Amino acid sequence: MANVRLRGQLEKLAGAAELPVEGGTVTELLQALEQEHSGLEGWILDERGVLRRHINVFVNGEPAEQDTAVEPEDTIEILPAISGG
Amino acid sequence: MTELLVGTRKGLFVLEGEPGAEFELRTRAFVGEPVDYAVRDPRTGRLFAAVTSPFWGPRIWFTGDLDDDWQPARGVRLPKGGTEALKRIWVIAAGEDGGRLYAGGDPGVLFQSRDDGATWELNQALWEHPTRPRWRRDSGGLSVHSIAPWPGDPNRLALAISAAGVWLTEDGGATWSHGNEGIVADYLPEEARASAIDLCVHHLERAPLLPERLFMQFHGGVYRSDDAGRSWTDIAAGLPHDFGFPVVVDPADPDSAFVIPVTTSDRVTDGRVAVWETRDAGATWTARDDGLPQEKAFLSVLRQAFTASGAGSELELYFGATSGEIFGSGDAGASWSSLARRLPAIASVRAT
Repeated sequence: MANVRLRGQLEKLAGAAELPVEGGTVTELLQALEQEHSGLEGWILDERGVLRRHINVFVNGEPAEQDTAVEPEDTIEILPAISGG
Repeated sequence: MTELLVGTRKGLFVLEGEPGAEFELRTRAFVGEPVDYAVRDPRTGRLFAAVTSPFWGPRIWFTGDLDDDWQPARGVRLPKGGTEALKRIWVIAAGEDGGRLYAGGDPGVLFQSRDDGATWELNQALWEHPTRPRWRRDSGGLSVHSIAPWPGDPNRLALAISAAGVWLTEDGGATWSHGNEGIVADYLPEEARASAIDLCVHHLERAPLLPERLFMQFHGGVYRSDDAGRSWTDIAAGLPHDFGFPVVVDPADPDSAFVIPVTTSDRVTDGRVAVWETRDAGATWTARDDGLPQEKAFLSVLRQAFTASGAGSELELYFGATSGEIFGSGDAGASWSSLARRLPAIASVRAT
């Protein structure tokens, strides 16, 4: 299983800073994360299943898209994007 | 002591004070995030805030105590797997039976809670209404922004949607009907007005002592209904402008309404700021401007940013502008003073 790192509000909602989650793509992994931790439902993916606009996902430190492949040994980070104004 | 919950573009500001003097900042919450609406349920004392996080999306938060953490409510979302996502919660209102609250939002949705706001469910009848494809977004979205319960009857409710007109239920939200008769949408061609349902209601308030009566600020027009919202009479004659956003009533006087007219062209006050009051159900209007800016004042007061507390001789009125200033009156609008300045753009003001 991939290792998902959470910070701030997401860490608080999930009750852990790191979680093992299974999924072949970023979308599958995020869906599994929401299913296993229902408090996270809707925080990362909206109702359509679309990654929220100002959330960034990184796979092993590299910016990822929803269809980016995930391997069991990968590290996934979910972070708010740079935003201001 | 009056508590003001002020939702701003950059967080919730909680102010306390007495009308006539500056209010003190009690605390802040959701710092830096847009708070579109905040209210205290008078039955339980629980506080609610509608926060549209640019990161995590729209959400309702609640707390029993301003010194405690806020908790995210569950269930405030649309069905998974559809083509739409919830964009914003515009209003939260206490219902008429134990534990019930309502929340309205964009895209034209109503949520209901039966456990004092901890969990919510979508009203399916409104969500699946066959006329929904004819509803129209205005510049603020497609919003359920006004919720008017019927005192003592949890089955009866009036909603206003911009831009989908007035909606009424008498069976607790199982079915909905229009309440648009008499409303004239002069932004539509004359031939289209009779059958139009894309009516841009800006705000709706019920007179609690005479629940059949409602007052409406429309997108060009001020209206009164005496039949529970089914039909409407134009009462804007006597106002300097028929455009505006909020409307407020004195709960002790079903003939009362207060509006803040703004120009049609730019949606701000015309240099002079005045609250206009009727005490005869809209037959006549009187400017209440003692203490309000009377020159070079071009304020934008949004639909949730004008509120009342108390009733009758104890009526207090408060409104905030997108310029970040709050004005208040402790004598039912007879005199006004500036209570706070230099806040972020104000979206909502509610008083307890």
